[in-house]
Amino acid sequence: MRIATIGGGPGGLYASLLLKRSSPELDVTVFEKNPRGATYGWGVVFSDRTLTSFREADYRSYVDITEDFVIWDAIDIRYKGELVRAGGQVFSGIARRKLLDILIERCIAVGVTVRFETEVVSADLGDCDLVIAADGIHSGTRESRATVFKPRIREGRARYIWFGTTLALDSFTFIFRANDHGLFQVHAYPFDGTTSTFIVECSEQTWRNAGLHEASETESIAYCEKLFAEDLRGNPLMSNQSKWISFPTLRTKTWIDSSAGVVPTALLGDSAHTAHFSIGSGTKLAMEDAIALVNAFEDRDAAQGDPAALRAALADYQMERKPIVERFQEAAKQSQSYFESTSRYQDLEPEQFVFHLLTRSGRMDYGDLRQRDPYLIEHVDRTFAARSGGPEDAVVAPPPVLVPFDLGDVRLDNRVVLSPVFAGTSVDGVLAGPDREALVSALGAAAGLVLTDEIAVSAHGRVTPGDVGLYDDVQTQAFRGLLQRADRVAARLNHAGPRGATKPRATGLDRPLDSGAWPLVAASPVAYGHNATPAELDARTRAEIREDFTTAARNAERAGFDAVVVEMGRGYLLGNFLSPLTNLRDDELGGEARARMRFPLEVFDAVRAAFGGPVGASICADDWQRGGARPDDAVALVDELHTRGCRLVEVTAGYTTPRFRPHLDPFYLTVLSEQIRNECGVPTLIGGGITTTDRINTLLGGARADLCILRRDP
Amino acid sequence: MLVGIGLPSSIPGTDARLSLEWARRAETGGFASLGVVDRMRYDSHEPMALLSAVAAATTRIGLVTMVVIGPLRRTQVFAREAATIQRISQGRLTLGLAVGARTDDYDALGQPHVGRGLRLEGQLADLRDHFEDLTPAPHLLVGGGSDISLLRVARFADGYVHGGGPPRSFRRAADRAVTAWVDAGRPGRPKLWAQGYFALGDAATIERGRSYMRDYYAFTGPFADKITEGLLTTPQSIVQFVRGYAEAGCEHLVLLPAVAELDQQDRLAPLVSQ
Repeated sequence: MRIATIGGGPGGLYASLLLKRSSPELDVTVFEKNPRGATYGWGVVFSDRTLTSFREADYRSYVDITEDFVIWDAIDIRYKGELVRAGGQVFSGIARRKLLDILIERCIAVGVTVRFETEVVSADLGDCDLVIAADGIHSGTRESRATVFKPRIREGRARYIWFGTTLALDSFTFIFRANDHGLFQVHAYPFDGTTSTFIVECSEQTWRNAGLHEASETESIAYCEKLFAEDLRGNPLMSNQSKWISFPTLRTKTWIDSSAGVVPTALLGDSAHTAHFSIGSGTKLAMEDAIALVNAFEDRDAAQGDPAALRAALADYQMERKPIVERFQEAAKQSQSYFESTSRYQDLEPEQFVFHLLTRSGRMDYGDLRQRDPYLIEHVDRTFAARSGGPEDAVVAPPPVLVPFDLGDVRLDNRVVLSPVFAGTSVDGVLAGPDREALVSALGAAAGLVLTDEIAVSAHGRVTPGDVGLYDDVQTQAFRGLLQRADRVAARLNHAGPRGATKPRATGLDRPLDSGAWPLVAASPVAYGHNATPAELDARTRAEIREDFTTAARNAERAGFDAVVVEMGRGYLLGNFLSPLTNLRDDELGGEARARMRFPLEVFDAVRAAFGGPVGASICADDWQRGGARPDDAVALVDELHTRGCRLVEVTAGYTTPRFRPHLDPFYLTVLSEQIRNECGVPTLIGGGITTTDRINTLLGGARADLCILRRDP
Repeated sequence: MLVGIGLPSSIPGTDARLSLEWARRAETGGFASLGVVDRMRYDSHEPMALLSAVAAATTRIGLVTMVVIGPLRRTQVFAREAATIQRISQGRLTLGLAVGARTDDYDALGQPHVGRGLRLEGQLADLRDHFEDLTPAPHLLVGGGSDISLLRVARFADGYVHGGGPPRSFRRAADRAVTAWVDAGRPGRPKLWAQGYFALGDAATIERGRSYMRDYYAFTGPFADKITEGLLTTPQSIVQFVRGYAEAGCEHLVLLPAVAELDQQDRLAPLVSQ
């Protein structure tokens, strides 16, 4: 059986070596277009876990590789003149050139033919039984069969350049430095006794401000040496045909082609996928691909030349690796988006900044970090508590979730919010039955704040007939009876708009009432799903609804609520005004973003004027729909709310219309909340799938939110 | 967690009357439910017609579709069929629906594949309306692991039915289903159902089960082998699987047979009795 590997990088060499070692009867040839030793690049990083897999795959090369290793166990972060070290992060580095040498020698020793300066395309390899296309991000094999592999490349928004330096480092080091042109960051790590990799990254804007888009290689080096002079301590930056580029993330629909009429082909490493360099090297992924491919070969006994066994092995390879790589890419995407938005975090305190940086990809949380470096986390706890009014020199500090929060002048004992869901068991808007019990249960659970489900500001503002309201005295007194002995409760005030007059939520959402429906109102006469078409809000109703919110806010105060949150999301009336999908008006309440905000802000002002305590808003930060409101629109809205005295923003997404595409991954709301919090300076509250205090600590410690709704699972 | 068993109705060459005997035995054997799957182009029995017969042959055991390919069925007719089964069975029916994974089923009926998600959404809402006068109304479950499927659970259904795999994959999907549910403001929690395939007995029996799996899932191409690997073939793997699902929060697990022989039940029953 003949196997041709295109590309003599670490992935291609390692796959060839392992295959030949596993089945010596195979005829394996590596084709590399460049001469030996012509490779570029500096160092490669591996984690503990990757090394373990190398040891199992081929002990000999593992020994050679680890002999040349530089090992460190910390991450250093230089930021705002401070150096923070996070321990317990074991990694090792090796010169890429050295790694290649080891693998080439080992290939030759086991009988793989390695041909340098030989450029082949898969069409030349018709007499082979398998082609391993390890020919990199610009893979000719993949491009020549793009309709099969279906590659998609997304260019990153930041610019980066890859240097080496003689600076000796004892850790993985992140450096952040700002100048007049903007913020620059460095990812640096040692890889042999004398040299370190030094990657400089910045935003496209900063890059242009600094004139680096027109700079020669020498000028780029000079610029970076000057900027990082203090960090480089007199060491020069070295180039290896270094260029400023943006990181291309490659995803391919399939990695294998075993269709009839072609030589079976497997993509491997960068030809199949890339993941942002900030969470690990492509080399690691490529070499792990190689191990998986060879394992599948052995499992299926594919070296015997049976085409069906080979197809099965390739299918196994893809099935084993693709989900793992996709999860890695998901984490890399988080990390990349972090590094593309670092300028947003410049106001954070160093320890917050560091904690945020370390937890950026979601692969490490508060609990993990506490295990790896307890001192760092105690420092994080202490500074977090001190910033919230605790003593600066406390010997012991609670974790962030237990640190009090000042919602305006209302102090919450901790950062956990419970938000009981109402099923709609109230009668005439008076809290009763299971909904009352749900609220009572939440009130007795020692949460920092209880935020109610939607409370209607009028009978026509209800979602379902069983919804609770705050528009008359009986309703107000029913709450008052409950809240007299309870602390820290916020009322969520809502007008359902186009989502009103529906059946109880127990049997599904947005099912219009068969009888007893009330007239609906919205920004424009656009029906929400199968609901009745609402009437366009007119001037008289506009004033009435504003008045309803005022009355409800006064009632909330009389009932003993400590705070009020105005509902501006979830497709209800105020959210309906904010989105270009649902507000099609051409008067002063529609059109541009500012005009669409007018009515919701008018209501917010009215509530603020009527309620003595802190007032917040619940907003939709992303309609998750083409043509809908985007995070930037939400930032503009929250800026407006901020100037009007908004004390808290609950960040939600979707539901503006029934036609949105949801994102249920654990990050989406986090990213939106973090952007709003750090760009607008307003505390944020998020919910979603938060089920542990560990997760809450991670969100709070990294300045991504200020309060979290905990989901209590039975 | 309750444990049900699938009817052998989609194993080629099986006598339809075996399902009746199978159903009676499952009821006395202590299983909580009987499950059926749906496929147009495969040697199998029509799930609604079969459940109707099974409803008449049993008195206590639950009846569940997991799942029928909703968009392929005219909602009015389907709702009437379901309501009839619900009445005959005196309230034992649970309806799992999904868009299905195969285009050939749509082609077989000359139905467009595009727009199937929207058709399913409309269908779920319509089924609710149809069942309004029915007490109890059959619970509606939605299958499919994408975020949009889980949103359909939250907006229209009573619960989620998982398509198979190890307990940890169920746990991840179930967690997203609950997140979508709570985000939607639905009270309580979605009902969480799941399924797995089993074949117990000597090596030849197990191999018959495996070749059925490979054949049934041939449309998935290279995944057929992987799915077949998930076939539970030893008492130990079944005990572990059941325990894993219970711990992952599953409320109702249905074990589908890969071999249409009555003694499969007798082998399974003592492993899952509580």
